[in-house]
Amino acid sequence: MKNLEIIEKKINSELTTKINSSSINHNHIYLNIDEEDLLDVIIFLKTNNETKFKQLIDITAVDYPEREKRFKLVYLFLSHENNKRIKVDFFIKENNSVTSVTSIFPSANWMEREVFDMYGINFKNHPDLRRILTDYGFDGHPLRKDFPLTGHNEVRYSEDDKKVIYEPVKLEQNYRNFDYESPWEGTKYIKEISKK
Amino acid sequence: MSKEIKKLNLNFGPQHPAAHGVLRLILELDGEIVEKADPHIGLLHRGTEKLIENKTYIQAVPYFDRLDYVAPMNQEHAFALAIEKILKIDVPIRAQFIRVMFCEIGRILSHILNITTQAMDVGALTPTLWGFEEREKLMGFYERVSGSRLHANYFRAGGVHQDLPRGLDKDIGVFCENFPKIISDLETLLTDNRIFKQRNVDIGVVSKQDALDYSFSGVMLRGSGIPWDLRKSQSYDCYDQFDFKIPIGKNGDCYDRYLCRIEEMKESIKIINQCLDKMPKGPIKSLDGKITPPKKKEIKESMEALIHHFKLFTEGYRVEKDEIYVAVEAPKGEFGVYLISDGSSKPYKCKIRAPGFFHLQAMNYLIKGHMLADVPAVLGSMDIVFGEVDR
Repeated sequence: MKNLEIIEKKINSELTTKINSSSINHNHIYLNIDEEDLLDVIIFLKTNNETKFKQLIDITAVDYPEREKRFKLVYLFLSHENNKRIKVDFFIKENNSVTSVTSIFPSANWMEREVFDMYGINFKNHPDLRRILTDYGFDGHPLRKDFPLTGHNEVRYSEDDKKVIYEPVKLEQNYRNFDYESPWEGTKYIKEISKK
Repeated sequence: MSKEIKKLNLNFGPQHPAAHGVLRLILELDGEIVEKADPHIGLLHRGTEKLIENKTYIQAVPYFDRLDYVAPMNQEHAFALAIEKILKIDVPIRAQFIRVMFCEIGRILSHILNITTQAMDVGALTPTLWGFEEREKLMGFYERVSGSRLHANYFRAGGVHQDLPRGLDKDIGVFCENFPKIISDLETLLTDNRIFKQRNVDIGVVSKQDALDYSFSGVMLRGSGIPWDLRKSQSYDCYDQFDFKIPIGKNGDCYDRYLCRIEEMKESIKIINQCLDKMPKGPIKSLDGKITPPKKKEIKESMEALIHHFKLFTEGYRVEKDEIYVAVEAPKGEFGVYLISDGSSKPYKCKIRAPGFFHLQAMNYLIKGHMLADVPAVLGSMDIVFGEVDR
């Protein structure tokens, strides 16, 4: 079994220019790369004899609406032989699309569909990019931070029409999101005062 | 002489008893041979991940019960571990033992349900009746320790919610004595049963390479002969203190997966027995007042405890900025939580990796070329629960 540091070094020395930064955290190697190097890096991780990250664990995205490159895409891999895990991530802009990895890992199919469904990120060369978890004919991408928690539409069975109908959400009481953040602990100004 | 035969499109589900929930499977049939299967999922999608982003860490725990609702505590475990690792909390050893014990009870719960319903899918009714009686007992243990049979909400970051009630360990011990007999009863009904074997042997064969390519985990991986169990390979809590074996399949068909589950139940009983024997005394949750709510008695006496109580149930505890992926060996496979915290008391992002999602994805690959009647058998052996697939 190999050490995480050795694998990290190996990756860094083989892919020098393609790695923006790397670190070891919580028993994972964290790699940051650029979008256009995705396929090269993943093929290397999968096929190299020392890394052997042969299983794709998950793909997901994170939304940072205030950043210029809004989405962070995260790929998690596992190597059974080395008993090691790695996380690869990169940032993209809102309207950019990402190269699909389905040709390398067939299981990426549904993972990418889920990211597309939840965040509206397009994948190039994906064989079947459809919504997966949301309703047929759903509008919007629920896991984006600007999508409201209550959603836009609600469904009910209408006795008059004798069918299920869609209506805008009507709530007796809106979702209440109290701001409990308080100066009780760890606030900035107390620290600033104590510095002075 | 040849005649064009039109292909038949068949809607399997979403209201089909053998679909194990709300799966809509669109099958393209050539006679009785399945040519293509297109699973439509998401009919049970509840937006768990979105909800968790809007709730404090304590409030997020119950959502994990509602994922794989046949083994709720195993899910909570992953979430609790993720928070503990970010906050670097030490979990008292007694709490670790209790958690391991209830995770194994969850494993038995899930495997009984799967084995017996798989048997029912291929035509045997009796195992379900026998197995569910045992599940009822196990859910009784859940109820006694957490107050509810299914949605336990029992594990916390830093330990468990409350200590075992008096007498529970004895009753679990009695169950462990009797249960191996029930397993062998089930086996007399199924293992050498001619019909059960005809329906399962050499059906839905997964090769080693495909098991890796399709991101399989848990029994789906072990059934194909890959020795991999997170309890051993990336041990968490106190699993490294127990003596248990990992059953491995040979052929990767539905029958091997059934055998693996039977053996795993026996191993779980072993672990539970060891837990009961070695159960240490001591606290059952972290003693850090900033994370663990104080006892009722303390609230009456101590001002600080009162403040802690108030703060924990309004603002919740804060989790420093970090990013982590934690996986546990849930009964169905690798259940992972990818958590991003931003220093506030709510998770910034919480991605749930449900094993069933990836198993179901391979449906088309597994069922292609099989007969229509094999669809329930393959589906049954994949151990699908829609709570976790749809999230």
